[in-house]
Amino acid sequence: MAAITDIVEGRGICICAGSGGVGKTTTSAAIAAGLAARGQKVAVLTIDPAKRLADSLGLKELDNEPRMVDAKLFEPSGVEMRGELWAMMLDAKATFDEVVRNHAPDAETRDRILENRIYRQLSNALAGSQEYMAMEKLFEIHQEGRYDFLVLDTPPSRNALDFLDAPKRLTNFIEGRGMQMFMKPTGFATKVVGRGSSMAMGVLKRVTGLDLLTDLSEFFQAFSGMVDGFRERAKRVSELLADPATTFVVVCGPQGEPIEEAVYFHRKLVEAKLPVGGVIVNKVHYETEADLESGEVQADLSDLFDDDLAERVANNFADYQALAQRDARNVDRLARELNQKRVIRIPYLDEDVHDLEALMKIDRYLFASEEQREALAASGAG
Amino acid sequence: MPELLNKRLVFVTGKGGVGKSTISIALGLRAAAKGKRTIVCEIAGQETASRVFRRAEVGFHEVEVSDNLWAISIDPDESLREYLLLQLKVRAMRDMLVRSKIFNYLAAATPGLKELVTIGKIWELAQHDRRVKKGREYDLVIVDAPATGHGVGFLQTPRTFAGIARVGPIHNQAQELDRYITDHATTGVAIVSIPEEMPVNESASLEGQLTNDVGISVDRVYMNALYPERFSNDDADELERALDAADGQALGAIRAALSEHRRCRSQRAQLQRLKRAVSTPVKTLPFVFKPQLDVASLERLAGAL
Repeated sequence: MAAITDIVEGRGICICAGSGGVGKTTTSAAIAAGLAARGQKVAVLTIDPAKRLADSLGLKELDNEPRMVDAKLFEPSGVEMRGELWAMMLDAKATFDEVVRNHAPDAETRDRILENRIYRQLSNALAGSQEYMAMEKLFEIHQEGRYDFLVLDTPPSRNALDFLDAPKRLTNFIEGRGMQMFMKPTGFATKVVGRGSSMAMGVLKRVTGLDLLTDLSEFFQAFSGMVDGFRERAKRVSELLADPATTFVVVCGPQGEPIEEAVYFHRKLVEAKLPVGGVIVNKVHYETEADLESGEVQADLSDLFDDDLAERVANNFADYQALAQRDARNVDRLARELNQKRVIRIPYLDEDVHDLEALMKIDRYLFASEEQREALAASGAG
Repeated sequence: MPELLNKRLVFVTGKGGVGKSTISIALGLRAAAKGKRTIVCEIAGQETASRVFRRAEVGFHEVEVSDNLWAISIDPDESLREYLLLQLKVRAMRDMLVRSKIFNYLAAATPGLKELVTIGKIWELAQHDRRVKKGREYDLVIVDAPATGHGVGFLQTPRTFAGIARVGPIHNQAQELDRYITDHATTGVAIVSIPEEMPVNESASLEGQLTNDVGISVDRVYMNALYPERFSNDDADELERALDAADGQALGAIRAALSEHRRCRSQRAQLQRLKRAVSTPVKTLPFVFKPQLDVASLERLAGAL
């Protein structure tokens, strides 16, 4: 067990991954703010922050450009901002358009793609395109070299692994072998090699309706000139992800399901030979030493309060303890799986985290050692 | 029984991690207890029903998990295969297509096709006269739908698709699916939220998008996992005052109580925000203080729906 500093020490990029609803955005922002406060120039790339969190960072809209967060905003939390915190909300569609603009061989191709209906669907809706664009932007900002450290908050997705496959899927999509069929200028259905394929196309026409295929064909033809650029780019994005200067942090919650997902996700990252720094478990109910069975707590409470209040306090405590025990079991399970890697537990704070002050509370836990964290949690510093 | 369950098809949606799967199953248990033959559909890869009912085999087939209650995990590839089987009566032709490289390539590449065939399968399950041979007739189909963001796109797929494929059978079928899910008499939506800032915001914008952009009827918003109000403000003052006098084990208990009180207050504030932000009736559900959700606690939850 360790602090976030052990995970990010000597690195330049931290990618926060995990399923939806586990506090990924908050964690990303807290890591970035903490590193910035300690003197680094840090940019955090987030996807869809809570409005109030975005407001508190001074982010008004999606604009695809990192903005510096005013150091004064940290003063109420008693934090001295020694470095710089920059933040950006990703606009996936605009990023995709940018990529097309940068790679298109000429203005005509560029416009053909940007106006193609399949492209418009794809850039908005295709699972994985948002994920890919997040990494594309990360790559771009990394290339510019304006920051000491970058934190990427990966998009919320049903399958936390989507983004890993995203560059591959997208390049496969645009360079795929099937695409050759569409490149024949005189029409694909008649020119495809092999009887099986042409029959398949015939059946396909019956099932789908031809217009869809025309759009696809048009799309692929327009994209064909950009295949090399895309492939090269995706390769470099993948290299950046696997670079020793990059570290992945899996973010999860303490309940059974999120823990299982974190375990699964960690395995996949390891299989993909990506550098995993550790896991951050949010909203943990810390265990206390107290033992309700002994009756000691009840006796102490009865000395302080009337029977009714003492009983309610004891019942509430019992419920809390049950959750704390569950969380401890789940975190243990996770720690065994991670085998020596770092697990950081962030307690369930009393207030929802959506402003800078609460964010800096999270920060105190992130940057503390395990012993300090236990002490903080026990003192009720929520 | 909630009116929602009188529909034929119900989508349960909301932000990730708010308990959609739990509530889908609880709604299923509630309907089943009233004698409705009900099926809960998970979208591939969730498998909550398998876990809760300890049935390892819930996959792309309908499995009875409890009295009157079935479960299925809808896999888009399987749905596409089944769709083709129904579409193309000649087995050889279908086999040829499924094996064909270009077909598989196109199927994978076409934006939204997976979502479309998934909704197609859901629609098929909701038909009185099932397309699938010897298909069981259900009174109610409950879908544990994808999370917000993906959720709106998912339900919009038929309409988008009808737009992409301007003519042809897919166009017609996509239109029929869209008509079905936007028919307020047949299809409804339950949005699940929890009493925290971001889920409340998302629930409100989700309601707007589903109502205005998709045109589907939102019938119920559930505020899930609400803590009981165990302590009054006066209690809290008394607890605060006792902090100095208390030590050891009692101190931990008092801190837990104060923490519960603060969280509870913030939750009530979020509940009020939600009620102001949505036009659909909000129903509250209690937080379940259980390490692991079992069938018994789900049944209790079902009673509260």
